[in-house]
Amino acid sequence: MANALINAPKTAKRGEAIEIKALILHPMETGFRPGTNGRMIPRNIIEFFSARWNGEEIFKMTFSPAIAANPFVSFFTIARESGKIDFLWTGDENFRVEESVSIVVT
Amino acid sequence: MKFRRLGLMLLPVFAASYALAQGGGDKRRTGYQDMSPALQQMQDDDTSNPGMLFVQAGETLWKQPAGKANKSCADCHNGVETSMKGVAARYPAIPKGADTPVDLAGRINLCRTGQQQAEPLQPESQDLLALTSYVTYASRGLPIAPPNDPRLAKFRSEGEAMFRRREGQLNLSCANCHDDNAGKKLAGATIPQAHPTAYPVYRSEWQTVGSLQRRLRNCLIGIRTDAYAYDSPQYLALEVFLMDRARGLKIEAPGIRP
Repeated sequence: MANALINAPKTAKRGEAIEIKALILHPMETGFRPGTNGRMIPRNIIEFFSARWNGEEIFKMTFSPAIAANPFVSFFTIARESGKIDFLWTGDENFRVEESVSIVVT
Repeated sequence: MKFRRLGLMLLPVFAASYALAQGGGDKRRTGYQDMSPALQQMQDDDTSNPGMLFVQAGETLWKQPAGKANKSCADCHNGVETSMKGVAARYPAIPKGADTPVDLAGRINLCRTGQQQAEPLQPESQDLLALTSYVTYASRGLPIAPPNDPRLAKFRSEGEAMFRRREGQLNLSCANCHDDNAGKKLAGATIPQAHPTAYPVYRSEWQTVGSLQRRLRNCLIGIRTDAYAYDSPQYLALEVFLMDRARGLKIEAPGIRP
């Protein structure tokens, strides 16, 4: 059940700074916690997040175990051309989620 | 005669001011009003509210066929916007052919075993929380309105008795904190009045969504008494009482709490 919520404007003016917010469901298990049986729960975190605008990388981020569950990332970028923004999360246990939104720049 | 007429004329004025005093007399506050502005903002913005992830997952499950009947929730109920509107505001209720109440999660499981002929979902499982969140989302903003079923009275008074009964090593009742000392601080946190308006709720302490029963379990462990098993009649009685106590307050699920 991996799902993500992306909040980006559907339209923007050329040269305008726009905010993009991305929220994803993930336990972000640190690997430092013992489970109910006393054994350590293996680490399970998102390691990497990136956003590409028409293929060009506009934001990337490496995650650490100290980041809370269901990470929420917000960043600003300049609107240059209409097209698609692709989001990618990858992590432990072959975690991989891709999402995309389209945006019209006038 | 004159005085009587004056009295009659003043009557609506008195009635109006009495009604006003009654309206203003509602001292009930939801946990939302007692939490930090940052958390309120997080809850209000659907794109930053992690509870919405569960609502979204619930929407997928709603449309997904399950069980031997190979039917999805949507096959019978269509969209939640109309069919499930206000449903969360009136549970727990006593379903047809039964004599004990079930909460919304229990009702979903009844549909699963009865209509879909599928295995019931485990309590607190992600799927059950997602479906419950999705159904509750359809009642967002509606006032809590427990049904006027006379059979519920027994459970309500049982719940109330539990609410007021001291228990555990700390010898505290629910009422000791949530009636007598609500609004004051307990270890830095504001004690809420315990109105279940936001369930299933995303607690930052849990880092996930949980049901009202999980929250009650937390409180029971907090006063150092044995918690009941999920779906035990004690929780149902408490839920019936709490929903009646919060009658008229608006559903704000999926809520966020610290």
